[in-house]
Amino acid sequence: MTRFKDFEHLLRVALVFLVGAVAFVVVRSILVPRSFGEYGHYRGNAIAEIATQPIVFAGHQTCEACHCDVSDLKSKGKHVTVNCEACHGALARHAGDPTTVQPPKLDTAVLCVRCHEINGARPKSFPQIVAKEHSAGVSCETCHQPHSPLIETGAKP
Amino acid sequence: MKITRRRLLILLPAAVVAWESVLAGTPEAAPNYKLTEHWWGMLLDIDKCIGCGNCVRACATENDVPDGYFRTWVERYHVSDDDLADPVVDSPDGGKHGFPLLERGGKNFFVPKMCNHCADSPCTQVCPVGATFITPDGVVLVDKTYCVGCRYCIQACPYGCRFLNSKTQTAEKCTLCYHRITKGLTTACCEACPTGARQLADLKNPKDPIHAFLRTHSVQVLKPYMATGAKVFYNDLDGSVR
Repeated sequence: MTRFKDFEHLLRVALVFLVGAVAFVVVRSILVPRSFGEYGHYRGNAIAEIATQPIVFAGHQTCEACHCDVSDLKSKGKHVTVNCEACHGALARHAGDPTTVQPPKLDTAVLCVRCHEINGARPKSFPQIVAKEHSAGVSCETCHQPHSPLIETGAKP
Repeated sequence: MKITRRRLLILLPAAVVAWESVLAGTPEAAPNYKLTEHWWGMLLDIDKCIGCGNCVRACATENDVPDGYFRTWVERYHVSDDDLADPVVDSPDGGKHGFPLLERGGKNFFVPKMCNHCADSPCTQVCPVGATFITPDGVVLVDKTYCVGCRYCIQACPYGCRFLNSKTQTAEKCTLCYHRITKGLTTACCEACPTGARQLADLKNPKDPIHAFLRTHSVQVLKPYMATGAKVFYNDLDGSVR
């Protein structure tokens, strides 16, 4: 068998391919993050990064750790399903530093009607009022205690 | 310092170790949380929704959602008696500030909307760069550092749950408050919902009340014919809702 005439040419081309392949593997291993493909076709570390976002709503469990008197009162009333921050707003900062960060003062004239002003699309069983006719400007908490709003005497104002 | 051959041989492995740690990136944020032990979804109870907009506001506060965009929103449906197939839907500012009183007959109800965290989500299938994905615990997330802002996923979502954040120029959506649920809290919208119309559900947790609820109620998902494997379950959903 005779030796192929331009063997060196082929060798050089093969060498160029080999160097290219090695460079590709090396560059790829540097550029692609190690966690890519850990769970699927995405960067696995992104999951942990998204989980580090700061919390704004403390959660009612956190509130109840200190304000157990309110949660006891609330548990017996109609507002048992209403979590603290539904009315009081996001208070993780207050939970983190209870003395310096004080929750804002609430306005029942705004808060109560948000849920209880009549609206035809609300479920019929949900207690709804026409605020103007219901109280004639008297603020809600004059008669209703927000944490347990049902008036015990049964006499509707 | 003169780099001798001996010093170089000592320094090289140290450099390799350092580079390895750079490549590995940030460690796990919630060490006690096991990805494989959860499969998240949500229950939305139409019978309980009063359209107060608390969820929309809470979501915007928790996640810094830009004005005019929504990760969750509330729609008001009006279905007249003689035209069941064509409901009139309104959602002023996503229901963020409630709904004005409208006196009209027929059937009226609220439908909260959000990402359905589909098990076979169209949005993750179309992403060309691997920036959006479903986690092993069933939450569809966006990797902001990988997103190139091509908007393909925004078109692909059959529920219209995604938008492009004009500041970061990346796709944004409900994360099911991933930073909260991995720490044992519920989502901001569930926390703020006054009637319990929204309930976070862990489908892999046998003690979760969702299992009993699904067995005993007529529960649906939105657009089941899209075969997206949606995991946001609607109780008593009207046929006119789309």
